[in-house]
Amino acid sequence: MQTTLLIEQILNGVQFGVMLFLMAAGLTLIFGVMGVINLAHGSLYMLGAFACAAVATATGSFWLGLMASLAAAAAAGAIVELLVIRRLYDRDHLDQVLATFALILIFSEGTRWLFGSFPLYLNIPPVLSGAVDLPAGARYQLYRLAIILVGIAVAIGLYLLISKTRLGMRIRAGQSDREMIAALGVDIRTLYTVVFALGAALAGLAGAMVGALQSVQVGMGEPVLILAFVVIVIGGIGSIKGALVGAALVGLVDTLGRFLLPQFFALFLGPSQGTTVGAALASMLIYIVMALILAVRPRGLFAAST
Amino acid sequence: MKRMRAETPINFLLAGLLLLVPLAALALEEPFYITLATRMAILALAAVGLNLALGLGGLVSFGHAAFFGIGGYTAGILSTHASNAQPLMTWPIEIGGSDNMLVIWPVAVVLSGLVALVTGAISLRTSGVYFIMITLAFAQMIYYFATSWPAYGGEDGLSLGLRNAFPGINTALPLNFFLICYALLIAALYLFARIRDSRFGTALQAARQNQVRLAAVGISPFPIRLAAFVLSAMMTGLAGSLFADLNRFVSPSMLSWQMSGELIVLVILGGTGRLFGPVAGAMLFVLFEFILGGFTERWQLFLGLILLGVVLFARGGLLGLLAGKVRHG
Amino acid sequence: MAEAILSVRNLRKSYGALTVTDGVSLDLCAGEIHALIGPNGAGKTTLIHQIAGTVKQDGGTIAFLGRDIGGLGVAERARLGLGRSFQISSLAPEFSALRNVMLAVQSQQGSSFHAFRPVMRDPSLTEPALNMLERVGLAGRAHVTAAELSHGERRRLEIAIALALCPRAFLFDEPMAGMGPEGSKSLTGFLNDLRQEAPILLVEHDMDAVFALADRVSVLVYGRVIASGSVSEIRNNAEVRRAYFGEHI
Repeated sequence: MQTTLLIEQILNGVQFGVMLFLMAAGLTLIFGVMGVINLAHGSLYMLGAFACAAVATATGSFWLGLMASLAAAAAAGAIVELLVIRRLYDRDHLDQVLATFALILIFSEGTRWLFGSFPLYLNIPPVLSGAVDLPAGARYQLYRLAIILVGIAVAIGLYLLISKTRLGMRIRAGQSDREMIAALGVDIRTLYTVVFALGAALAGLAGAMVGALQSVQVGMGEPVLILAFVVIVIGGIGSIKGALVGAALVGLVDTLGRFLLPQFFALFLGPSQGTTVGAALASMLIYIVMALILAVRPRGLFAAST
Repeated sequence: MKRMRAETPINFLLAGLLLLVPLAALALEEPFYITLATRMAILALAAVGLNLALGLGGLVSFGHAAFFGIGGYTAGILSTHASNAQPLMTWPIEIGGSDNMLVIWPVAVVLSGLVALVTGAISLRTSGVYFIMITLAFAQMIYYFATSWPAYGGEDGLSLGLRNAFPGINTALPLNFFLICYALLIAALYLFARIRDSRFGTALQAARQNQVRLAAVGISPFPIRLAAFVLSAMMTGLAGSLFADLNRFVSPSMLSWQMSGELIVLVILGGTGRLFGPVAGAMLFVLFEFILGGFTERWQLFLGLILLGVVLFARGGLLGLLAGKVRHG
Repeated sequence: MAEAILSVRNLRKSYGALTVTDGVSLDLCAGEIHALIGPNGAGKTTLIHQIAGTVKQDGGTIAFLGRDIGGLGVAERARLGLGRSFQISSLAPEFSALRNVMLAVQSQQGSSFHAFRPVMRDPSLTEPALNMLERVGLAGRAHVTAAELSHGERRRLEIAIALALCPRAFLFDEPMAGMGPEGSKSLTGFLNDLRQEAPILLVEHDMDAVFALADRVSVLVYGRVIASGSVSEIRNNAEVRRAYFGEHI
C-alpha cells in the first residue's frame, strides 16, 4: 500500500516538475536572450488555460482547445512583446518588474471581465481518461502520464531546436553576445518576438494541460510563476538544462515533502500536531532548499556565464 | 551651501494635505475619509521603509510584504493572547500577549528586522534579477507558512477584537488613531532624510550607483546593503502592525506577492528615492482605489494601464513630473 | 634599491584557453613610478584588476606592505592603502564631484555606519575633499554631478578620489587617456610630484609621459613581462623594439 502510494506521489512530483519546466523554460529563455524578467508569464499560462477551456466547451474537443491555447498564448506573447516588452530591453529590472506587474493586473482584470469571476472547468479528453497499471500493483492516471510524456517531448524538442537549428544558433548567439548577432545580420527584433512567443506558447501549453486537473480561474498563474522563479534561481538563470533539473527537483521535493513530512512528524508529535507541523514545514520546504542551494552556489546549479 | 530642493514646498504641501483630509472629514461628518487618510499614512510608512532599500540602495525587494505581514501578525497574535489571557509561550520563559502598542511596535520591528537579517544575508549574496526573485520567493515561503499554520486562523486570517491601546490616548477614535499613524510617518520621513544625507546613506546610494567604485574606496557594499535592508524591513514591519490595527484584521493577503508589488508601485508612482515619493504614491494609490473603485469593480485594470503608462512614459513618478530630477548635494 | 611596497610574484590568470596573465612578477618600491606598457590586449588592465582585487588570480602571490593580499576583497585592499583609478572612469554619477571625493574621505576616516549626521554639513568630510579637488584643479567644479563633468574632468576626479584615500601605493590605469596634450602635460607634472607621497604603478599608452616619468618600465606582451628596466634600457631592448615599438616608432 505504502509503496504504491509512494510511486504515485513520485509520479505526481514528476508531473508537477514537468509543468514547472514548461513555465521555467520560457522564462529562462526570455531572460537569457533578452535580459527581461517577465512577471506576466503567469498570465500567459492563465490565458492558455482559459483559451483551452473556452474552445473545448464551445466545440466539445479538448484537442481544438489545446491548439487554441497554443495559438492564443503565442499571439498574446507576440503582441505583448511588440507593444510593451520591446520598450523595456534597455531599462533596468525595476522598470521591467513594474511594467510586467501592470500587465498582470491588466490580464487578470481583463480575463475577469470576459469570463466572469467564476472558474471554468475543463474535462480530460476521453482518450486519456482512466488509469494505467504500473509495476508493483500501482495504478496511475493516464492523463497525468501523458503530461509527463509531453513534457519530456518538449524538453527533447527544445534541446534539438537550440542545438540543431538555425533559430537555435541565433538564440545561443543572442545569449552570449547581443552585438555579435546584430553583426551577423540577424534581424534581432524578429528574433526577440519569436523567442517571446515561443516562451509564451510553452506557458500556454502548461496552463491548458493543467486546466483539466484543476479549475481554470483568474490568479492561477502567479503561484506557478513564483515556483518557476524558484526553479530558475536554483537551476541558474538562462540555462535550459538548469530549468529542467530545477523543475524536477522542485516538483519532487514539494510533492514528496507534502506527502512524507506530515507522516514523519506524526511519529513524534502524534497525528494531529504532527500533521500540522509537517504540513506547515512542507509548504516552506522548497524555499528552504532554494536557500541552501544559494548559500553554496549563489548563481544556481548551472549558471550561464555572464 | 544647502540649496532648497525644488520639491521641498511640494513635500510640505503633501504633508499638509494628508493632515487636512481627516480634519475636513470631521467637519463634513464623513468619518470614512479619516479611515482613508489613515490607510494612506500607513501605506506611505510601509513604502518609506521600502524606499530606503529600493530608492536609496537600489535593492529591488519584491518581498517586502513579508515584513508588512510579520508586523501585522505580531499585532494580531499579541492582542489575541492578551484578550484570551493565554500565554504565548510557557517555555523557557512565560511570555504573555499584549494589547499595548508600545509593546507591540518594538516586537514587530525587531521580528521584521531579524527575518530581514536572515533572508537579506542570503538574498544579498546575489544581485539583479536573482535578488528580485529570491526576495519574492522568501515572502512566498512566509505566506504559505501563514496559510498552513492553523493556530492563528490559517487562510481565514485573524480578527482583532479591539484596536490595541496606546497609553493615554483612546485609539478607538478614528482621528486619534490617524494622528498616531501620521506622527509615526513623519518620524519615519525625518529618519529617512537623516539617513539619506548621512555617511551611511552616502555609501548606500553609492552602492546603487556604482558598487565597484564604493569597494575601490574601501567600503564593502554587502554590510551597507544588509543594514539598509534590515532598517527598511523594520519600518515596513511597523507599518504592518498599524495596518492590522486599522482593519482590526490580519490575513495572509498582507503577506502576498500582490502586496509586495503594490508596495513597489507606491514608491514608483510617487518617485523612487525621493523623500516624499512614498507619501505621494500612497495618496495617489488610495485615491485611485477609491475613485476608480467607485466607478467599476475592475479598477485594477485601469491601475494596470496607468502604471504601464508611468513606467513607459513618466519614469520619475508624480514628484518627478512636479519637481524635476533628483538633486544630490 | 628600496624595499618593495607592492610585490607581485608569478601571477597567472586564464579565461578558458586564453592566458591573459602568464607568470607575471613585478615590484613597486617607495618613491618610484613603475610604468607598465604593452600593446592592446597584453593584459595590463587585467593585471591591475588582479592587484586591486576586482579579478581573482588563478595562481601566484600579491604582497602589499609585506602582507599577502591575494585572498582579500577589493574593499579590504583599498583600506590597506591601494588607491586606484579606473581605465574607464568609474564614479558615482549622481553625486557631485565633491561628494564622490567625500565618499573616499569617509572611508579613510573609518566607519560608514553613522546614519544621522548630514555629510554636507560635516567639515571633517567636506574640507579634505575640497582640498583634494583643489589639488587636481577641480575646486571650481565641486558641485557639478559626476555625470555632467567632461571626460578630462572625470579622469582628474578619479585621481582626487585616489588621493583622498591617502594610499600607500597608487594604481593608475591610463590616467592620460583622452586628455589632450595640455591635460596630459599638466597631469605629467602632477604625477611627477605625487610619487613622493606614494609610489605609482602606471599603465599608460602615452609614451612621452611614460618616458618622462618612469623610474622603471615593464613591458607586457601576451600576458608576459618580456623586459623590465630603466627607460633607456627599454628603449634599447631589441626584443621590445620588435614586439612593441616596431608598430609605433
